[in-house]
Amino acid sequence: MDLILEGLITAFKLLMALDPEVLSITWLSLKVSGIATLISVGIGISCGMIVALTRFPGKKFVVSVVNTGMGLPPVVVGLFVTVFLWRNGPFGFLDILYTPTAIIIAQAVIATPIVMGISIAALQNLPAKMRLQILSLGATRMQMVMILVKEARLPLMAAVMAGFGGVISEVGASIMVGGNIKGYSRVLTTATVMETGKGEFATAFALSIILLLLVFIVNYLFTLIQQRERPR
Amino acid sequence: MKDGIISIENLKVQLGGASILDIPSFSISEGEFMSLIGPNGSGKSTLLLVLNCLLKPVAGVLKYRGRVVSSRDESFQYRRRVSMVFQEPLLFDTTVYRNVASGLKIRGVGREETRERVTRYLKWFNIEHLAHRSARKLSGGEAQRTSLARAFAMEPEVIFLDEPFSALDPPTRHAISDDLNSIVQETGITTVMVTHDQSEALRMSDRIAVMNSGGIVQVGVPSHVMNNPANEFVANFVGMDTILEGKVLRMQDGMATVRVDEVEIDAVGEALPGDSVYCCVRPENVVIELTNPDDLTSARNNFPAVVRDIFSVGPFLKISLDCGFSITSFVTREAFAVLDLREGMNVFVSFKATAVHLIRTNN
Repeated sequence: MDLILEGLITAFKLLMALDPEVLSITWLSLKVSGIATLISVGIGISCGMIVALTRFPGKKFVVSVVNTGMGLPPVVVGLFVTVFLWRNGPFGFLDILYTPTAIIIAQAVIATPIVMGISIAALQNLPAKMRLQILSLGATRMQMVMILVKEARLPLMAAVMAGFGGVISEVGASIMVGGNIKGYSRVLTTATVMETGKGEFATAFALSIILLLLVFIVNYLFTLIQQRERPR
Repeated sequence: MKDGIISIENLKVQLGGASILDIPSFSISEGEFMSLIGPNGSGKSTLLLVLNCLLKPVAGVLKYRGRVVSSRDESFQYRRRVSMVFQEPLLFDTTVYRNVASGLKIRGVGREETRERVTRYLKWFNIEHLAHRSARKLSGGEAQRTSLARAFAMEPEVIFLDEPFSALDPPTRHAISDDLNSIVQETGITTVMVTHDQSEALRMSDRIAVMNSGGIVQVGVPSHVMNNPANEFVANFVGMDTILEGKVLRMQDGMATVRVDEVEIDAVGEALPGDSVYCCVRPENVVIELTNPDDLTSARNNFPAVVRDIFSVGPFLKISLDCGFSITSFVTREAFAVLDLREGMNVFVSFKATAVHLIRTNN
């Protein structure tokens, strides 16, 4: 018990002192996962929309693949991204393995099926005749798409939150493709793994608390947007 | 007949190889209220989607004011001149006001005019007090009023209504259809409505089109369709409860004598001796009496009958009788009480020769 108590006390001291290293790790985590989420939202919602709103042979298969992708193990993604970015791999010439960019790529791969899967479900959940109703109001195709997104905004926002939550807390892929390089590609989760391994529980606690706070704050902000101006 | 505001020619719609619609020609005149009636799966709603350019037929043309609507841009321009209300209200997740304004916003109507029109149509459909309420918190009737106001606020040239009241309870349904009726009367807007409710169709329509298995069987003014059904299907569908199969024995002065089973029925109509016919009799034209009224008039068909079944149908009682053939009659509750009808009772039924509608089946 002492271990935990002592750890927590030191953690709060670290937090209060605004340790520059902890701050830079936090900022990098936020930046990497934020960009990865943005990319996955761009790809996931637009692809999700195409899958949800069009009819094509093999649609059920595609949806199953996407849904499977929602549970993609980060270490598997980490392995594939590493192989692809390896010096003599297909994208080795880019020379971005063990950089924050590599983490962004890996995290975007993890988050895209999550965002896409929830988007498909969200759009398919709208009444089937809604599209006909919107078209009968005289909408262009683009107007129809915008209105559908607006109608599905609550679950779509949930898709964004799920995507962000999935990558900010992910550790396997980040450590494999980022390398946990001090001051360069070290993020909150990889740092926590390392500090725990070293027996530096106080630092690990501090990092964990920051991670939890970060996830909470970001989700709280999304929730505010999601729940705003709901007419009574 | 000249082209109506909307007309279709040689329309064919298929789904998975099966023919859903096959209509050689159909036309809607400007300013008329047209009802499409028919059983489930007869293609009424599909026809409405085609008329609204929301479903592309495999063959055929849609003409608007005599001009063919075919390209994507023509369809789009056409859709902006018409509007449609579905069975479900399909409202957006926002306020009633914004729902009614949504079509105007989509069509790029200016802010001032939008406000003016939304206010006007909210008032017409008696929902102005709900303007700022969430569309999710409306009753079924309020939601359908909002949906109607949204469609009318665009002031389309033609409005399509796909069973707009069928999900509502009878009092709500009557209240909304009354309001709709007066708005249609006032604006003179061309309306095409799919309905299951014949009384609704009778009450509101200028013309009725009866559909069956993907085709239009009969089009005409309501009284003509009800009293002169084109075939057995229409007769059945429009409520001719008694349809008797028979053969014309002789014709005299426009009066046909038809043999039905063991009896002879007099009917006013056109037929030739030897024709196979259906004799259709509406239940409200069949009179039940306790004594034989044989001596009253020769133009009446009188038969002794036995009461088989008694059902309650709204304000009436529907009496099913056997007089060598089956026949049904509507009686009021007062008449029912006076006659003191019971199952198994012996009575007399009579109906005028003019109340029999003849349908020839051998041509």
